[in-house]
Amino acid sequence: MANPDSGHGELPTASEYIQHHLQNLTFGNHPEHGWSIAHGADQAKEMGFWAIHLDSMFWSIALGGIFCLLFWLGARRASAGVPGGLQNFCEMLVDFVDGSVKDTFSGQNKLIAPLALTIFVWVFLMNFMDLIPVDFIPEAAKRWFGIEYMKVVPTTDVNVTLGMSLSVFALIIYYSIKVKGGKGFLAELTLQPFSSDNKIIKYAFVPVNLLLEGVGLIAKPISLALRLFGNLYAGELIFILIALLPFYLQWALSIPWAIFHILVIVLQAFIFMMLTIVYLAMAHEHH
Amino acid sequence: MNINLTLIGQAIAFAGFVIFCMKFVWPPLITAMRERQATIAEGLAAAEQSAQAQEEAQAEVDTILSEARTQAAEIVSQAQKRGNDIVDEAKNTAISESDRLKSSAQSELAQEVVSARESLRQQVSSVAVSGAEKILKREVDANAHASILDDLIAKI
Repeated sequence: MANPDSGHGELPTASEYIQHHLQNLTFGNHPEHGWSIAHGADQAKEMGFWAIHLDSMFWSIALGGIFCLLFWLGARRASAGVPGGLQNFCEMLVDFVDGSVKDTFSGQNKLIAPLALTIFVWVFLMNFMDLIPVDFIPEAAKRWFGIEYMKVVPTTDVNVTLGMSLSVFALIIYYSIKVKGGKGFLAELTLQPFSSDNKIIKYAFVPVNLLLEGVGLIAKPISLALRLFGNLYAGELIFILIALLPFYLQWALSIPWAIFHILVIVLQAFIFMMLTIVYLAMAHEHH
Repeated sequence: MNINLTLIGQAIAFAGFVIFCMKFVWPPLITAMRERQATIAEGLAAAEQSAQAQEEAQAEVDTILSEARTQAAEIVSQAQKRGNDIVDEAKNTAISESDRLKSSAQSELAQEVVSARESLRQQVSSVAVSGAEKILKREVDANAHASILDDLIAKI
């Protein structure tokens, strides 16, 4: 049947199965066991901040490596002549991303376009892991390598999405200060949307403006990370729930959901890329 | 759902991949694409230019052709005229030449007639003189009777 732990002799309950699938392979400093791999969610929680999800890191770096290798091969012999298959594919994506960047951002910046391309392809590849049947890789890791926990979709790990969105946030702050100067950036945060010609009223509005703009600024990385995480986490959860059905019924739900999910994974990758471009474009704008 | 070092690890990996993409992926691809774009634009412009040039050449050919045609027609008509002139001239020449030949032949003929008549007269006079000698059996003084003989010759 759909139960992965049949090798153990006793079958896990449905909730055990789901929890097992949602547990990352965590390596960290446990207060009692020292530096070790966590056995179960409780131990992982006890490790606190000084722990790392080995599975998320492995898959995200592996997929990022695939992206780099693929595009490096495509770009290595790039010529203005008739492009080959791989070059053509890479150029198609580059053209698409370049178009998206140019539609939104009119300034000169050497970073934004490659950043957007990396985000789009990398996030797509990480999302794509969601379409691999939920038990394939965890089961293989357990049988052949003795790895207890294996979460293969990096974007269902909030650390991964937050790691990316906070990097983008850092870039937003960096470019805001670089383009507008520290004063200009502060003015943007404190002197709008409410403003007045009267100096006293103007400064009286500062706390209100700071609150509004501060929330808006902080919301950017949070919403960016949680949107991607939430979509993929929910999708993964549905796949896990479908996997609880008897094997002869699973296809009836998993196929429609997978087809729908193809849309979701591309869309989420695109949204992450597009919002990054928009935020960075806004950071370049003067008010 | 624990926030932990994975966040920082992911951020570092992200930075690494973005830098790789910025250094080794984006520039060669975008350069190649821009170059190809420029090449295609050039090619299209050249094609348009050559099409225009071809059109111009065609127009030139047409004008030259029509000029040549009118010239040829002119030449033909001139040649015809010249031919007619030559024929007329030849006719006139022939007529005058024939007239000349005819008149010269006539004058020659007249001359011949005169000379024949003269020689005949001479012969007749000598025959008459010798006949008269025979009849008179004596020598007639040719000088003394020259006037008689001249009369005789004139009568013949």
